[in-house]
Amino acid sequence: MRWLLLKDLQILRRSPLLVALLVLYPVVIATLIGFALSRGPDEPQVAFVNEVPESANEIELGGERVDVTRQAGPLFRAIDPVRVDSREEAIAKVRSGDVLGALVIPEDTTQKLQAGLEPATIEVFYNAEDPVKADYVRDTIKSQVSDANRALTGKLSEVALGFLDLISTGGRYSFLGRDFDVLGLERSEQILAEARADLPRRSPAREQVKQVIAFARLARENLDLSDDVLSSVGTPIRVEQTALDGGATPLSSFAVSIAVTVSLMFITLLLAAGVLALEREENAFMRLVRGLVSRTGLLVEKAGLAAGCSLVVCLVMLAGLSLFVQLDWSRLPLWLAALAAGALAFAAMGLTIGTLAREVRAASLLCVMLSLPLAFLALVPSGAVAPGLFDAIRVVSALFPFKPALEALDAALNEGSIAIHLLHLLALFLAFGGAARLSLRRFAG
Amino acid sequence: MPESSTSPARAQVGPGAGAAVLEARDLVKRYGDREALRGVSLRADRGELVAVIGPNGAGKTTLLSILAGIARPDSGSVSLGPAQVGWVPQQAAVYGKLTVAENLRLFARLERVRDPEQTVLRMLELTGLGDRAEEQVAHLSGGNRQRVNIAIGLLGGQPVLLLDEPSAALDPRQRERVWEFVGSLAAEGTAVVYSTHNVQEAERHAQRVIVLADGELLFEGSPSRLEDAVEREASARGDFEQSFVCYLRQRGH
Repeated sequence: MRWLLLKDLQILRRSPLLVALLVLYPVVIATLIGFALSRGPDEPQVAFVNEVPESANEIELGGERVDVTRQAGPLFRAIDPVRVDSREEAIAKVRSGDVLGALVIPEDTTQKLQAGLEPATIEVFYNAEDPVKADYVRDTIKSQVSDANRALTGKLSEVALGFLDLISTGGRYSFLGRDFDVLGLERSEQILAEARADLPRRSPAREQVKQVIAFARLARENLDLSDDVLSSVGTPIRVEQTALDGGATPLSSFAVSIAVTVSLMFITLLLAAGVLALEREENAFMRLVRGLVSRTGLLVEKAGLAAGCSLVVCLVMLAGLSLFVQLDWSRLPLWLAALAAGALAFAAMGLTIGTLAREVRAASLLCVMLSLPLAFLALVPSGAVAPGLFDAIRVVSALFPFKPALEALDAALNEGSIAIHLLHLLALFLAFGGAARLSLRRFAG
Repeated sequence: MPESSTSPARAQVGPGAGAAVLEARDLVKRYGDREALRGVSLRADRGELVAVIGPNGAGKTTLLSILAGIARPDSGSVSLGPAQVGWVPQQAAVYGKLTVAENLRLFARLERVRDPEQTVLRMLELTGLGDRAEEQVAHLSGGNRQRVNIAIGLLGGQPVLLLDEPSAALDPRQRERVWEFVGSLAAEGTAVVYSTHNVQEAERHAQRVIVLADGELLFEGSPSRLEDAVEREASARGDFEQSFVCYLRQRGH
């Protein structure tokens, strides 16, 4: 078996183009998938026109000057603004496809904000020809405008709270350049209490003053709660998120798991199926199994070769990815276990495919045709399809190594136990290995 | 019952001729309802060249596969096991990406020969491919590839060599070189059993021919005896191929 392994390695060494394709293709595909899953699209280019005169950018809220343009900060972080001079120019840029959308801040925006009688309106234009892009622009701008709204609401709440505080505790207040001394409920209560004490015991006014004191106390105590009330008004609904299922895997780390598992799948399947089919293509199979090597021995050699090569490539890939994504190297033994188990299960599947094909090209084509849909099926999230269909997808995914290999690697890279996934992969290795051995019986050169 | 003859052959006879090294008796092989072989028996002596000829579907490859141990007969027996018989498949079973020497070395090691390097050198000398030893087999001509194919069949040093259509797809010059090589093996004492479509080759390079048709053994004897058998009944005088065709026709094939 050792000599056969050396022979296969020698053949691979003399097929640099094949090896390069075998390694580069899955790595490139895996990296693309990984990036696609881990990163949103880049900031969309949006034409931006601010028709508000520079002098009107500031509004006064409760005696405080607020620069409205600063509230647009979060929006500019989410888009790539292309500043234009007019509304028409912005719309033309959207029509021509130079930008994905246009954002117009009308001239009266700050006036409306200042008056507070009606909401200020900003205009968004986008091209709806491409629904994906349209959705993206709409959602991005909507979400960022919500952020800006929240920021302004916060500012308004702050001003309102200042007024309430003034009413509660009293103090000085400036309006139109004149200073006023506001008594406040607290001091009113104190003054009334002192005045009441000076009243004759039997005076009917004593009881009336007492009622006013009680009212002032009640009002002050309730105004103390106004912080919370106004905060609730500003953000009536808060979101508290709790993940019920699955681990706390960061998206970038999950993308690494997917990228490496896709590579592991491609390299192992193609190698295992290819080297086995090569024995038939070169007509050497019958010569070998006439007593030189047992059929089982031949399968073990091919599985070992494919699993070993893919394991090395995937480890190198993980090491490379760890430069960009934080990976916990102390879990290396778990990575190795997950990769080895996955590689063996894929190798057994590859051998089964290899027994079906007479030529390397046919075997490779079969591998790609089978593996891609299986990988995509395994990535379908629950809730994306009808429950019955999702159950069927889960069953199909469980019958092939991609999903358990992905889960094992994800658990190995992040957190959680990999034991159940390793057992699953072992069962698939045995099942596919058995199928390959049975299928090999019908080989007759 | 097949006609038979033990008269001397036209081709050369190797040393020790006459000692049977391979015997197969009453071989029957069925594929579903079809009988590919119907009680075929065969023997090959030391240094003898035995040609198995017959029309397409006669059972030639099935017979050689059973003798090589690749296929199992439904009934009947073969005196030697697979390890004791060298086998050369019709299509060259060699690795194109490996050199001639590497192919020979690999199979020598898998055959567990005592001194693989020495064996490789001997085979390179025997095949006359010493100067191409480091060339990848994929770059060799069909004839040279077939010589490597045959050399691999000889690595185990078995006393019997089975060749399935050894000259198929070769040009006349390459064919001639292959037959020279096979003749030299027989001259050294190897019993060679080969199948061929080319009946002229059987006439020229076999001491004994076995004629199969529809899985049935029709004739076993020297090529001259086959011509004699036809001449008695028809007028295909002087042309072995014509005689062969007449022989089959007269027997309903």
